[in-house]
Amino acid sequence: MSQAAEISLLAAPDIRHKIERIAAQIVEAHPQHPLALVGIHTRGAVLCQRVYDILHARGRETAFGTLDIALYRDDLDNLGTIPSIRGSDLPFPVEGAHIILFDDVLFTGRTIRAALDELVDYGRPARIELAVLVDRGHRELPIAPDYLGQSISTARHDHVRVCFTETDGREGVFLTRSAPQP
Amino acid sequence: MSTTAAPARRKDLLDIESLDREEIVFLLDTARPFKDLFDRSVKKVPALRGKTVLNLFFEPSTRTRASFEIAAKRLSADVTNLAITQSSVTKGESVLDTVDTMQSMKVDYMVVRHAAAGVPAFIARHTPAAVINAGDGNHAHPTQALLDAFTMREAVGELAGRRILLVGDLLHSRVFRSVSTVARKLDMEVGIFAPTTLIPSGRPDYMQAFNTFDEALEWSPDFVYLLRLQRERQAAHFFPSLREYHHVFGLTRERFLECRRRGIRIMHPGPVNRGVELVDEVLTYEHCLINRQVENGIAARMAVLYWLQPAVTPLPDEKEEVAS
Repeated sequence: MSQAAEISLLAAPDIRHKIERIAAQIVEAHPQHPLALVGIHTRGAVLCQRVYDILHARGRETAFGTLDIALYRDDLDNLGTIPSIRGSDLPFPVEGAHIILFDDVLFTGRTIRAALDELVDYGRPARIELAVLVDRGHRELPIAPDYLGQSISTARHDHVRVCFTETDGREGVFLTRSAPQP
Repeated sequence: MSTTAAPARRKDLLDIESLDREEIVFLLDTARPFKDLFDRSVKKVPALRGKTVLNLFFEPSTRTRASFEIAAKRLSADVTNLAITQSSVTKGESVLDTVDTMQSMKVDYMVVRHAAAGVPAFIARHTPAAVINAGDGNHAHPTQALLDAFTMREAVGELAGRRILLVGDLLHSRVFRSVSTVARKLDMEVGIFAPTTLIPSGRPDYMQAFNTFDEALEWSPDFVYLLRLQRERQAAHFFPSLREYHHVFGLTRERFLECRRRGIRIMHPGPVNRGVELVDEVLTYEHCLINRQVENGIAARMAVLYWLQPAVTPLPDEKEEVAS
């Protein structure tokens, strides 16, 4: 198959709108309770930062952290190149915290599984919720988002790519169709 | 200290010479987040869960072996220690027989120390396990060099253009070989000061040799790295006495005060011979990095274990045999 076409699913204004709605839903669900927002490297951390900024602008203070799940992946054996480790930064006590975990795309759920395993190694949070920008289905584990930007239907072998200005120099959610592996 | 793209994984780590700069920087960058784990309530990560690490030590070692053991355990690997005095090597079993036996137990990583140079490389060719050289004769001690580079970078940041002075028994020292190599690959300037009987004959041009300790300190090194003196060398008449050695090549009180005045960092691979390589008060000096070297050894070794990838059997040469 030659150059696969890239289909735009969400444009910059859509992304802004979705993120604002996620922030509003979080405030609505937790009017007062102290929260800790934790983003999964790399784009989950960007999403998390943006929600944090929105809450902060509205006078809502929360803790902020980032999570690098490389060491908790279940497929390290098979990787020819190993992921670079940026390290996790959780500058608040995880013990007893109410954590909202952020990732850009929810797919098989294995990344979230790894993130949950890592979080509980820091302590015993009171509660963990999940916020994602895009849910593309095909879950392999019983994991569901509490806050969701957009649900899209995809084929198993499609690629869904979230681009943020901070990490990719452009803004958008794109889908690339690809033929199933034989 | 930007993070670099990860270089392709290797099966073995046998020396510093065969690593390129990118690989060294990747390992140093990777060691940093591993060190951060030590402050967590749970210090382990599951990266090597279900893997077995064998510490195969044909030469006695307490600190290096313990460091590798802790590193492997913090990656959730299972660790088995095999020391020569407890094993059948003393009953005449060859190195290769030992390795074959261990291989039958499906070991994934072997950490090898041996008094003869080249044994870890020899073993690496005969096992699909990833082999890490933990010191072979006077050849190499790559993880020591990595932890030292990590410690220096932690202390001063970028190492290019920084100066390291290596002092002591260069001739018999695998630490000297590996540390000077890592320093060169990271574009540091390398100075040496040693008894003329203990300088290797094939000294590379990039090393600057000094005739007195004072002259070497005038060069204003950022780091003074004191090599451990093997006491048995005295019996072989490489130098007259320990007292004489300390007087000429040791960090005496006066020289220590000069180092302190210049803010020079002091390093030593341990264990220290107090009163020989250095005076006691160095150990409480704010820029003494010796304890940090020990702590960083665990993080550096975790980075190495994380990066290496055991081969999928059969080994390349066995494949060739099948093909022919």
